[in-house]
Amino acid sequence: MSYRRPYRGTQPDYLFPPYASTVKRAPSQPLVVLPHTLSELTAPVFGYSDINPDDNDLTRQHKGEPLGERIVVSGRVLDENSRPLEGLLIEIWQANAAGRYNHRVDQHDAPLDPNFTGAGRAITNSEGRYRFVTIRPGEYPWRNHYNAWRPAHIHFSLFGPAIVTRLITQMYFPGDPLLEYDPMFTCVPDEKARNRLISLFDWETTIPEHALGYRFDIVLRGREATPMETPR
Amino acid sequence: MSLRATTSQTIGPYLRIGLEWMVIEDLAPQGVPGERVRIEGRIVDADGKPVNDAAVEIWQANSHGKYASAEDAQSNPLDSVFRGYGRSLTDDAGNFRFRTIKPGRVPGPEGSTQAPHVTVTIFMRGLLKQLQTRIYFADDPANAEDPVLALVPVERRPTLIAKKRADGALEWNVVLQGRNETVFFDF
Repeated sequence: MSYRRPYRGTQPDYLFPPYASTVKRAPSQPLVVLPHTLSELTAPVFGYSDINPDDNDLTRQHKGEPLGERIVVSGRVLDENSRPLEGLLIEIWQANAAGRYNHRVDQHDAPLDPNFTGAGRAITNSEGRYRFVTIRPGEYPWRNHYNAWRPAHIHFSLFGPAIVTRLITQMYFPGDPLLEYDPMFTCVPDEKARNRLISLFDWETTIPEHALGYRFDIVLRGREATPMETPR
Repeated sequence: MSLRATTSQTIGPYLRIGLEWMVIEDLAPQGVPGERVRIEGRIVDADGKPVNDAAVEIWQANSHGKYASAEDAQSNPLDSVFRGYGRSLTDDAGNFRFRTIKPGRVPGPEGSTQAPHVTVTIFMRGLLKQLQTRIYFADDPANAEDPVLALVPVERRPTLIAKKRADGALEWNVVLQGRNETVFFDF
């Protein structure tokens, strides 16, 4: 039993010189192909007892309301065989509405928001669904190249059923003009794979007179189909 | 109809905001059976500069060689308070640290048995996807017959083996690139 290897072009390589930090950090020696043993096919289990019920609402972590546009970000987590993944821990973090992170390394000249930390957590339900309430993060400059700006994004970290399904990614917003200039976005050779990182505006989850809804579905690696095991 | 896995993206420099709440550097509270070990190390880049913004995650079996995961169908016992998962965020000097127990042996491919090892996943700014590697234990005779170590060129195997220091800790460093580059796996 093992997990499917990535389709060509759907995952970035380690070395991508337009993203300057990869140059000194990407491995240069050939990777050793790892068989999927019990160590790779298992993973830690998390549950509702690991988080607080309000951890998925980033707008209610302080006395006042954060500044910015309130949004609902929700979606499903499935594996490549379309199986919903229940009980997964999702961790998110993001900049505030002004494009500033609540982090000592971030020196961008934009205001911090005392009512916004920018971190959230959720556990997927039996249909693989999750939901966060937050504010739309701002775009911000970085020093990768001249006049470099990151498109608005939310960082997502997921634990799957196996160590080899662990995923950290970023969710983007539809219509963001900065995407085509962003080496983190363009590092993915396959255009369709890249575009799946862009959330969809969603009427269904938009709350009237309160918050716009964005949908972001996530797919984790699935097991290879074997004669013993037909994918659902 | 099969779906395709979502693309990985870098963890970026601000990982502490999202991941610091669940730092677990002490995996084995009192009462967990097994040989106590401290694993400490440092991550450096191609220039030998410390990496101060990495997340190092470990995953391991308990001392009976059983993973606390539904995917492990072996009948050997679980230890209720030992999850087997650790997370350390590197400090300004690039250091990470764990206190845990030495894992037992677990099955490998084709009826083999693996030497005791800890699975390591590393994220950092400048990595578009995680690095996957392993820590083995120096002087364990089982290393000689480990099916995964056997796949690694002999001269590079020492990069996967933690060495005992005078103070009793096991030292295991990560060199991202260049001379003595750590072995990373295509997983």
